[in-house]
Amino acid sequence: MTSFRNGAVRVGLILIPAALLLSACSTDPQNVFDARSDFTQMIADLFWQIIWAAIVVFVLVQGALIYAIIRYRRRANQGLPPQVHGNTPLEIAWTIAPALVLAWIAVPTVQTIFRTYEVPTGPDVLTIEVIGRQFWWEYRYPGNNVVTATDLHVPVGRRVVLRITSDNVIHSYWVPKLAAKRDAIPGHVNTLWFTAKETGVYEGQCAEFCGLQHANMRLRVFVQEPAEFEQWLRRNAQPAPEPTTPEAQRGAQLVLQGTCAGCHAINGTNARGRVGPDLTHFASRSTIGGGILPNTPENLDRWLENPQAIKPGNLMNVVVTNPQERQAIIAYLQTLR
Amino acid sequence: MTVNVGQLGQAVAVRPTGIWSWVTTVDHKRIGILYGVTAFIFFLIGGIEALLIRLQLFVPGATLLTPDQYNQLFTMHGTTMIFLAVMPLNAAFLNYFVPLMIGARDVAFPRLNAFSYWCFLFGGILMNLSFFIGGAPDFGWFGYAPLTDRQFSPELRADFWAMGLQVLGVASLAAAFNFIVTIINMRAPGMTLMRMPPFVWMQFVTQWLLALALPPIAVALILLTFDRHFSTNFYLAQWGGDPILWQHLFWIFGHPEVYILILPAFGMISDILPTFARKPLFGYTFVVYSGIAIGFLGFIVWAHHMFATGMGPVADSAFAIATMLIAIPTGVKIFNWIGTLWMGQTVYKTPALFAVAFIAMFIIGGLSGVMHASPPADLQQTDSYFIVAHFHYVLFGGAIFGIMAGAYYWLPKVTGRLLDERLGKIHFWLMLIGFNLSFFPMHFVGLNGMPRRTYTYPAGFGWELMNQLETIGAFIIAISFLFFIYNVIKSVRSGEPAGANPWGAGTLEWSLPSPPPVYNFATVPVVRSLYPLWGGPNDSRLSSTQPAAAPADVHVHLPKPSYWPIVTAFGLTLAAAGIIFGYVLTGIGVLVLLASIYSWALEPAS
Ligand code: HEM
Ligand SMILES: [Cu+2]
Repeated sequence: MTSFRNGAVRVGLILIPAALLLSACSTDPQNVFDARSDFTQMIADLFWQIIWAAIVVFVLVQGALIYAIIRYRRRANQGLPPQVHGNTPLEIAWTIAPALVLAWIAVPTVQTIFRTYEVPTGPDVLTIEVIGRQFWWEYRYPGNNVVTATDLHVPVGRRVVLRITSDNVIHSYWVPKLAAKRDAIPGHVNTLWFTAKETGVYEGQCAEFCGLQHANMRLRVFVQEPAEFEQWLRRNAQPAPEPTTPEAQRGAQLVLQGTCAGCHAINGTNARGRVGPDLTHFASRSTIGGGILPNTPENLDRWLENPQAIKPGNLMNVVVTNPQERQAIIAYLQTLR
Repeated sequence: MTVNVGQLGQAVAVRPTGIWSWVTTVDHKRIGILYGVTAFIFFLIGGIEALLIRLQLFVPGATLLTPDQYNQLFTMHGTTMIFLAVMPLNAAFLNYFVPLMIGARDVAFPRLNAFSYWCFLFGGILMNLSFFIGGAPDFGWFGYAPLTDRQFSPELRADFWAMGLQVLGVASLAAAFNFIVTIINMRAPGMTLMRMPPFVWMQFVTQWLLALALPPIAVALILLTFDRHFSTNFYLAQWGGDPILWQHLFWIFGHPEVYILILPAFGMISDILPTFARKPLFGYTFVVYSGIAIGFLGFIVWAHHMFATGMGPVADSAFAIATMLIAIPTGVKIFNWIGTLWMGQTVYKTPALFAVAFIAMFIIGGLSGVMHASPPADLQQTDSYFIVAHFHYVLFGGAIFGIMAGAYYWLPKVTGRLLDERLGKIHFWLMLIGFNLSFFPMHFVGLNGMPRRTYTYPAGFGWELMNQLETIGAFIIAISFLFFIYNVIKSVRSGEPAGANPWGAGTLEWSLPSPPPVYNFATVPVVRSLYPLWGGPNDSRLSSTQPAAAPADVHVHLPKPSYWPIVTAFGLTLAAAGIIFGYVLTGIGVLVLLASIYSWALEPAS
């Protein structure tokens, strides 16, 4: 029994740090240890210090406990153990010891706190407004007339400041590898800043429960080469292109005169709705439904046929029952590059 | 009612029986039993909710539950476990044992005590009625505004939640005042504050926390009710309100609440370990003072639940450091428990197993707590499964393991019969394994970016395996409790008689026969030390059965049974339910309330 327990303890002591290290190296899309920006790197560095402190304390205290359990269990009838009531020097010592450990992590913590709030300024900084909706994210690039949803595009190596808010309930913007997390609160503007280290696509997710479809309030950050990003920005600042094929034209009519325009905006047309995502450059986005389906014609068809079946409780209550009308609308939406 | 103790053997020791005697009882021991049984049933309901949650998360994209059902279940799971399971389970021990441990015949206000219980029961029923009437609350146990405001939650759900909590709050507040007075005023001669058993001390601190922490949440809920019913805008930013106001008010209650849940377990452990280690609690004074310190510090750390709201660097730093400070008195307690085992001769009966597992699990929950105390790190951890892991290590690994230790330890006093050791050990090992399998992987899946409170999750994010382990663990926990239930039923029916002091413990409650007589102490004991039954020639550890004090021929005053507490509690609940079902009901409820308070006041007390 004893050796079994000893063995179990030893295995545990090896396993836990090993599992931690393993998860640290993981390339899973939302792993917090896999820092890909200066901001998350700073947090990860601090976090590792804290983790090591925690592991050391864990091993020592848990070890002492297990030792006491095994060593001082009752074996035979031995009479009473010494009736010790306490020991003041010992009490003082083990009050000071945790205080020292805490000081060890408190100092870098406070330093890092102040750094997280040092929002970069200057002409080189790219500022983007982030607005939490039920249940999707809206982005606005001030001064550029660009409004988009779900996919955030930023250039690599440039400082980005997100100004985060909400006009409904509280959400929380979380991109584990790039930006960590800040709440989007009605009436408040919060900031997050980061400089992405390498190009790629990063996954994220709303982290504060915000209603029925909180689970499917996903997001993606596209970190691009600066030139590529500039091109994306220029294209998205343009009004929507005119449809050219007859089918797309019919689709445009359905969208702009139908109920769609009540909720969606398409720059350059009379569609000015603000409830749903801006569709001006819809075809250039990677997903639909706040990140839950890849943006393909087939998925779009399913979405238009019954958005509530795909994401029950989202605020789009419109269905397009006629398959031909759906095809026309899809043809039009695909021209919105 | 005046009783001549000389004839107690026949007269009062014959307990009144029948449902009616339970409804009108004002005996703290019966109220304790009512609390225990009711809370355990709620615990099972909360557990079933948890199992459904875990089944839905077994695979990505599961459709066992609709999103709406899932959201109701996790909200009611959290609310139930906290307000209807752990708090009242602690109240069961509080009611039954505190008077016995301080050598009192009853509590200061026996009818108020009954009123507390009925408010708890009715509040819990009111809250759970929502499952059958329009859906249960679905916004999390924190109920963050403005999601709970009428604009975003137009149905009755938030009203059920707010009104249920108000009634439960009244229950706890009444109990808090009752026990503060009881502990201050009704201790046996010689039981100075520093001779009170640690369990009594920790419950004393807890009752102060309740008395001070419940008013802020009552206010928060009243503001919410005003927003919902009378078009005020306390939490609505577009009309000049602020949702952050809710968070401050809520967490000024909510953080002390965590200590309300765990401090009683600290007390239980501090009483149980010395009994089984056969030596006094190491550093009793430090354990007491660190409990008081934790109580105080608990009130200045609420904003550590709000680091992601962007309070600014100064506030973040202040709350971070205050939070880390709590780790110091907590550490002191843990070291003292280890110090109690050190050089002892611990007999690992089931209560002792649960007690040491409590320490081991609580160390883990405490360490992950310190990790949250660092705001930058918290920006990655909060609202992820890492948090779910953390608070289950504290609330389940801590509070529930503690309560289980307490149950195996003290139930023989209540029923007069010992529980089966073999079944107890099976329960223990299954629960320990299931618990760790269920909750340890949550640390990893949380750091791997899985958010909490999501009814489903995508495949390919590296979350599947961990979720499967967690679900399997949850079912092992559930199975372990079947052993507990069977064990209790079996022991009540045919367990070995426990005798007065089966463990050779040192505190006063063990000087009474099991179960204790209605009047508790025939003669009020005189206390000379922390462990009145230890030391001296008849140290109960040397001879494990000790005769109870012989009844003397004195008169004992016992309060009369009364049905006014239940009527009053009913009136109060009706008044609250009126906010949900129509204000007419509130009117009727208020009338019932006033009439019953009046009758209560005029009813002779004995
Ligand atoms: C069988 C045992 C239990 C299991 C398997 C379990 C499982 C879970 C899970 C998976 C969640 C997260 C739900 C989500 O985020 O969607 C949760 C939340 C929660 N649990 Fe438990 N739990 C158990 C026992 C307890 C106990 C004993 C308590 C103690 C008081 C407790 C308190 C809570 C609270 C407060 C929440 C948060 C609810 C919210 O987010 O509003 N649980 N539980
Ligand atoms: Cu959200």
